[in-house]
Amino acid sequence: MPLLKIENLSKSFGGLKAVSNLNIEINDKELIGLIGPNGAGKTTVFNLLTGVYDKSEGNITFGDKNLSGLKPYQVTHRGMARTFQNIRLFSDLSVIDNVKIAYHQRTSYSMASAIFRLPGYYSGEAEMERKALELLKIFHLEDKAQETAKNLPYGEQRRLEIARALATEPKLLLLDEPAAGMNPQETQDLMNLIRWIREQFKLAILLIEHDMSLVMGVCERIYVLDYGMIIAQGAPDEIKSNPKVIEAYLGEEVV
Amino acid sequence: MGKWMNRQSLVTILGVLLIYGIVQGSIFMDVMPPFVALTLIQICIYVILSSSLNLINGITGQFSIGHAGFMAIGGYFAAIVIVKFHGPLVLALLVGAIVSAVAGFLIGLPTLRLNGDYLAIATLGLGEIVRIIFLNTEYVGGASGFSVPKTINWTWAFGLTVLSILVMRNFINSTHGRACISVRENEIAADAMGINTTKYKIIAFTLGAFFAGLAGGIYANYMYIIQPMTFSFLKSFDILVMVVLGGLGSLTGSIVGAIVMTVASAALAGLPEWRLVITAVLLVAMMIFRPTGLLGTKEFSLSFLGKKGDKNAASKN
Amino acid sequence: MGSVTLQFLQQIVNGLSLGSIYALIALGYTMVYGIIKLINFAHGDIMMVGAYVGWFATTTLHLSFLPALVLAMMASAILGVLIERIAYKPLRNVIRIASLITAIGVSLFLEYGGMLLVTPQVRTYPPVFPDTIYNIGGIIVKYGDIVMIVTSIILMVLLHVIVQYTKIGKAMRAVSFDTEAALLMGINVNNTISATFAIGSGLAAAAGVLMGVYFNTIDPLMGIIPGLKAFVAAVLGGIGIIPGAMVGGVFLGLTESLVSGLGWSTWRDAVAFLILILVLIVKPSGLFGKNIREKV
Repeated sequence: MPLLKIENLSKSFGGLKAVSNLNIEINDKELIGLIGPNGAGKTTVFNLLTGVYDKSEGNITFGDKNLSGLKPYQVTHRGMARTFQNIRLFSDLSVIDNVKIAYHQRTSYSMASAIFRLPGYYSGEAEMERKALELLKIFHLEDKAQETAKNLPYGEQRRLEIARALATEPKLLLLDEPAAGMNPQETQDLMNLIRWIREQFKLAILLIEHDMSLVMGVCERIYVLDYGMIIAQGAPDEIKSNPKVIEAYLGEEVV
Repeated sequence: MGKWMNRQSLVTILGVLLIYGIVQGSIFMDVMPPFVALTLIQICIYVILSSSLNLINGITGQFSIGHAGFMAIGGYFAAIVIVKFHGPLVLALLVGAIVSAVAGFLIGLPTLRLNGDYLAIATLGLGEIVRIIFLNTEYVGGASGFSVPKTINWTWAFGLTVLSILVMRNFINSTHGRACISVRENEIAADAMGINTTKYKIIAFTLGAFFAGLAGGIYANYMYIIQPMTFSFLKSFDILVMVVLGGLGSLTGSIVGAIVMTVASAALAGLPEWRLVITAVLLVAMMIFRPTGLLGTKEFSLSFLGKKGDKNAASKN
Repeated sequence: MGSVTLQFLQQIVNGLSLGSIYALIALGYTMVYGIIKLINFAHGDIMMVGAYVGWFATTTLHLSFLPALVLAMMASAILGVLIERIAYKPLRNVIRIASLITAIGVSLFLEYGGMLLVTPQVRTYPPVFPDTIYNIGGIIVKYGDIVMIVTSIILMVLLHVIVQYTKIGKAMRAVSFDTEAALLMGINVNNTISATFAIGSGLAAAAGVLMGVYFNTIDPLMGIIPGLKAFVAAVLGGIGIIPGAMVGGVFLGLTESLVSGLGWSTWRDAVAFLILILVLIVKPSGLFGKNIREKV
């Protein structure tokens, strides 16, 4: 059984069909790419998956549950976490607080034990602190745990956003153009990081990307979206030589 | 549990006891001028009001300007328990606070979906509606007011203030408080990180209303009389000014803001127009030159008393 | 005609007079909100200043209605521009809450600064108009009612012409639609915003003078409640939308008159706020507005 099954998913804004008849399947621990020219509807797909938008038609099944009508936080509780194209950190908070907030849904202690400072509060907070630091360490951010998030360099902000998403302990991680604004060296590092995350955290990853080299380098399967429709799917090599894809990207070089 | 006992908390506890002792001592020795005593109680009331509004506006980032409405609910219901049912003071205060919290919950449910300016204007409208309801209710005296015996003394007011601050501090410094802060920082991201943003907005609003109601109860049981006019939106603005002055999002800032503004208005009590003109100029100048308030979102802390290698100290480098 | 119908029609007349005042004030709110997304809390107080200038013009300067109106409008327009330049402009790119608080500050300043300047004493407007009362089939229409409604209509038509057909009107619409794009197209955004404040404040001043004339008395706090009500009217019609403000104002005026007519005048203000809250909950964008969501 696939981890995520998208069937005939459609979304219209007024008269405009942003996504139509989308079918995507993702299995456990797969690394999938979703590519397409600007305005093809990639981010809309993410917003539909995570409940930011209500779908017009179709079905999204995650695990064995239907995601219809769930709010974004409920989708996150089910085990799907995302990053944003334009970074959305809690920019005035410390790095570690950014991660702790994502751990919130897994916290054990109640509001009463917080207010009356019962033992549960202390053990819960200690546990959270430990887990958050551990995660930051993996992303080489532990030295900056107390730094304000907005003061981090761009690349580290991207890494923190991924770390924060992982703190929700997802089964599927959605990355929205993680390489945006990165130079080739940083992109290369990111590629390794993505592969490594998948192994380390044993999760599936769906990646939206504009940078062809990144997608072709790491993804096992790729879906190509154009005008809201899937025009091709398959292994990176097949995609590269697919005439439809080349046409959609006319003028852009498919690596 | 050792965290209770570090040097910082010890100094804070001693400071609190010292303030209480000095004031209680001077009341006992009968050397406290009545005007000063009144101002001190008012400080207590405003500290609770401003820090509870800060919970909504500063911590959770929801802009409410109808806090006087909750104060009114707490005040009137506490007064009803005392005057009409001859209940004990504790029960009266509790009923006032709880009714206010319930009202906050019921009002928050539909209105907290609104954002920014719309929420502001809706809460302002609700505050006024509450006032008009009391104005038109003869059971509580209507426009002429509702007489309540004075049963609050310094010990009550100060004790309840310290308790309220402690509860709010503990809430803010917990994962639930952080959830509220994440709503303020970036609501979309908070939602995506699994925070039920509506729930935390309502929790903050309800908690804020609870303490505003408590402050209203203290006010009603100290001032001999409560009148609907007292709880107009000017009162809400007063509280807002304190929060903004101290810094939206800073609990200690709210306390400082409440003290500064209450003392200032006591000093200018003979010149009410000047008081408000000065408040206004201060507010505008503050927003232009230091929009974050005196303390920003930072907390004034005694961390320099802590051990070396303390977390805050380490982060400076 | 039955006395109930008569009563009803009488309240309609009163409501239209009141509503046209609300509409005039609401226009300024809505224009300012449309262009810089600020609830200008001081707007009602600008109306109060206008009323005082009008009072000064008619009593001390012995001017007649029209010159007094024009003088009040000009003075308030200047005041509005000054307020924007001094208090709001420095905060244009800071968090929204800061400008909202500043607006509250300016409002308090005008109210209590006004008290210091002219004393809290209630002033009586001189009788500018004849006390003529027209009895149309049992409905009482005062001369003041007619002046109020006619003046409002003229001003609204004038505003419509300015916004739709003049260069500054086009600039206003452009800036309110997309400030940055307007800037790139060579529109002087600062001047456009100033013009918006000038026009909005002028309309408020007109409302102030009309209120003074109609209700005979003015005081430094007279702007608070009508200001809030006018804001309710602006939200009702959909804030930022000019025809919405007019409709909202008239609607609110009518509702209030009917509530008073039913003998519930002490609940009048509560009803206005209740309508506001219901509108906000059911359709936050107002009767004429569109919903806009933040892009993710």
